[in-house]
Amino acid sequence: MKTPEKLMAGADIFFECLRREKVEYIFGYPGGAVLKLYEHLYDVDFLKHILVRHEQGAVHAAEGYAKASGKPGVVLVTSGPGATNTVTGIADAYMDSVPIVVFTGQVPSHLIGNDAFQEADIIGITRPITKHNFLVRDIKELASTIRKAFYIACTGRPGPVVVDLPKDVINSYCEFVYPEDVEIRGYKPNYKGHVNQIKKAAEVIAAAKKPLLYVGGGVIMSGGFRELSLFAHENKLPVTMTLQGLGAFPGTDELSLGMLGMHGTYWANQAVNNCDVLVSLGARFDDRVTGKVETFATNAYKIHVDIDPTCIDKNVVVDLPIVGDVKHILAEMASEISKSPDTGEWWAQINSWKDECPLVYEDKDGRLRTEYIIEKLSEKTKGEAVIVTDVGQHQMWTAQYFKYNYPRTNLTSGGLGTMGFSVPAAIGASFAVKDKQIISISGDGGFQMNIQELITASAYSVPVIFIIINNSFLGMVRQWQELFHAEKFSFTDLSKSNPDFVKVGEAFGIESYSTDNPKEVESLLDKALAVKNKPVLLEFKVVKEDMVFPMVPSGGSISEMMVKRLNPKRMT
Amino acid sequence: MKHTISVLVENHFGAFDRVATMFSGKGFNIKSISVGETEISEVSRMTIVTDGDDQIIDQVVKQLNRLVDTIKVVDLSETYHVERELALISVGMHKGSMEELKNICDIFRGNIVDITIKSMMIEITGPPDKIDAAVNVLAPFGIKEMARTGIVALRRGEQVKIQKKENVT
Repeated sequence: MKTPEKLMAGADIFFECLRREKVEYIFGYPGGAVLKLYEHLYDVDFLKHILVRHEQGAVHAAEGYAKASGKPGVVLVTSGPGATNTVTGIADAYMDSVPIVVFTGQVPSHLIGNDAFQEADIIGITRPITKHNFLVRDIKELASTIRKAFYIACTGRPGPVVVDLPKDVINSYCEFVYPEDVEIRGYKPNYKGHVNQIKKAAEVIAAAKKPLLYVGGGVIMSGGFRELSLFAHENKLPVTMTLQGLGAFPGTDELSLGMLGMHGTYWANQAVNNCDVLVSLGARFDDRVTGKVETFATNAYKIHVDIDPTCIDKNVVVDLPIVGDVKHILAEMASEISKSPDTGEWWAQINSWKDECPLVYEDKDGRLRTEYIIEKLSEKTKGEAVIVTDVGQHQMWTAQYFKYNYPRTNLTSGGLGTMGFSVPAAIGASFAVKDKQIISISGDGGFQMNIQELITASAYSVPVIFIIINNSFLGMVRQWQELFHAEKFSFTDLSKSNPDFVKVGEAFGIESYSTDNPKEVESLLDKALAVKNKPVLLEFKVVKEDMVFPMVPSGGSISEMMVKRLNPKRMT
Repeated sequence: MKHTISVLVENHFGAFDRVATMFSGKGFNIKSISVGETEISEVSRMTIVTDGDDQIIDQVVKQLNRLVDTIKVVDLSETYHVERELALISVGMHKGSMEELKNICDIFRGNIVDITIKSMMIEITGPPDKIDAAVNVLAPFGIKEMARTGIVALRRGEQVKIQKKENVT
C-alpha cells in the first residue's frame, strides 16, 4: 500500500504530463466535468490557457497553433455540448492531418450510459474523425494515455487525438509514473522509404523528358522545405502544389507553377496532363486535384511518396509507391539521382502555356476586386506573413495570387472546407508565431461562423489583421449556382442581411475600417500593417458577381477547364 | 471476390467498434464478422469476410492496419487456411418427418440439440458451403429460425507471431 504522500491528484498528474510534453498553450472553455482541472489550472504557471468563446473556436485555434508551429495544439473542454462543439474542428484536423490533442471532460464513470446531465459519447462520436481516441477509465492509466495521445498525434501522418476524462478519474489519486518511451505494438509509422524503390524513382526521374513534382502538405509537415528546394533546383524540375502544399516551395521561385487542380493555374494543370513522370510528394490525389480520375495524368509514370500507406492507390493507382517520410526520401532521391533530366523543351512548353493563359482579372473598371487586394497583400508582406484563409472564393483567389515563400505560412481548411476556420485559427497561430504578421482572410459568410472569437482576439490583444472580403454573397456557392444550377441564387444573397462589419469590429473592441475603393486598398493595408500588439479589422467590399477562374468543373477532366466566364452577366 | 481477413486487435474497450466504424465509414462490405479470444488474453481475433476488387481489398487491409488497435492483419484468401462456421437451425417437424431429419442431420454430421413435438433444432459445423447445402436440404421442411456464427478461420501451418505485451515504460 502506497502512503498518501506518494500519491498525486489526477488534475496534478494531468498538468504535469502537459508540462513534460512542453505544452505552452491550451485553448479551452471550462464547464462542470472539468472544474477540478480548472481549479488546478488556476495555479499552473508553465502554460497559458486561452479562453475562447466557443469550443469549435478552441479546436481551430489549436489547429492554427499547430499548423503554424509544427507543435501539437491542445484543447480542453467540458463534457456533453462542450465536447460535441469540438467535432467540426476535430474533423477538420483529421482531414488536414493536423496534430492536436483534445481533452474532453466526461460525466463520472458510474453515470456513463445513464443519459446523465451533459453526457455525450464523444468517443463514439469522434471515432471516425480521429486518428485515435481514448477513454481514461482508471487514474493509473492517465499519464500513460496522455503520453500516447501526444505520441500518436505527432508521429507518422499527424492527426487529432481525443482523450475523454471522466470526472471521478480526475478527482482520484495515484502514484505518478511518466513513461519516457512509448511503444504501441499496433502503431509503428515507417519513416525510411524502401531503398530500392527510392533508387528506382531516381532512375525514372533522371530519364524523364517531362517530369513534374506534385507537392502536398506532407512536405511541410515533414520539414522538407530545404530538401525539396535542393532537389527541384538541382534537376530543374517544375513544381506544382496543392492547396495545403502552398508554402512548401517558394511561390516566387521560377520553378513554381503555382497551384494545380480545380482552381489551379492553366499551366500547372496542362503540365499534369502532359507530364511523363509525375512525382507526388506528401499529397493524396484528392478529387479537387484530380478531377475525373480516369483522365488524370494518363500518360505519366506515377511515383507516390507518402507516409500513410492508405493514401497509396486509394484514388489513383500509381506505378511506384514509396512509403515513408518525404523529407528523408527527397534527400535520398537527390543523392541517388545520377544525372539531371533534360527539361529544356518541357520548360519551353510550360512557359508557352503560361503565356497562353495567364492568371488575369478585370482591373480597368475601377471596381474593387479580391485578386487586387491579395496581390497588394502579397507585395507588401513579401510573402512572409502567415496567411490564414477561410473557405470559398477568397480562399482560392488567395491561393492563386498570394506568393507564399515559406512553409507554415499558409493556413487553411482544405480537406473538410470548414467555413469559420480562419478567425480562430489566426488567433491560435498568433500565439505560435511572433516574428511574422498574422493575417486572417474570410468571406462575409465564413467570418460570421466564428465571429464570437473576435472578443478572444481583443481580450488577448493578438496582433492579427482580420480581413473580410465582402461580396455580400456566399460567393463560391453563388458561382456554382450560376454555372451549374440554372442561376437560381438560392439563399446565397446576404446583401440585405449582413451586419455592419465595422460596427461589429468596434463592438468587440477592434479598430475597424471599410472600403470599396481600389485606390484605398494600399493605404488601408499600410495602416493595418503598422498596428502592433492588437487586432485590426479591414472590410473590403468587392464586386459581387466575380467568379474564380480557371475552373475545372467538379468531376470533370482538366481538359474541360473553364478559363473565363462564358456568359458575362452583371449582378446587381 | 470474397476475401477472409483475419485481424488481431488489442482486447481494448471499443476496438471492435473501431473496425466496424472503419468499414461503414469507408463504404466497405462486411459479409460476416466474428470476434473471440485468442491464446493471448489481451488480444482478440476478428475474422471478417468481405468482398471487393483488388483495389478495394488492398484498401481494406491498409485501413485495418492503420487503426492503432490492430496488431496484425492477414488476408487469409492468399494462404492455405481453414474456415469453419456453426449454424443452429430450427426446422418444423411432424411425426412422419422425424426420421428423415435425423438422416439429414447425420449426413451433415450435425447434432440434434433440441426437440419438441413440432420442431427440431440442428447444430451443424463446417465450411460455409456445407452449411449452405444443409440449409438448402432443410428448407423444404420449413426453417423456423436460424443463427449462423459467421466464419472463423486460421492459417494452416506456420503461426502468426504476436509481439508479447504493449510496452509503455
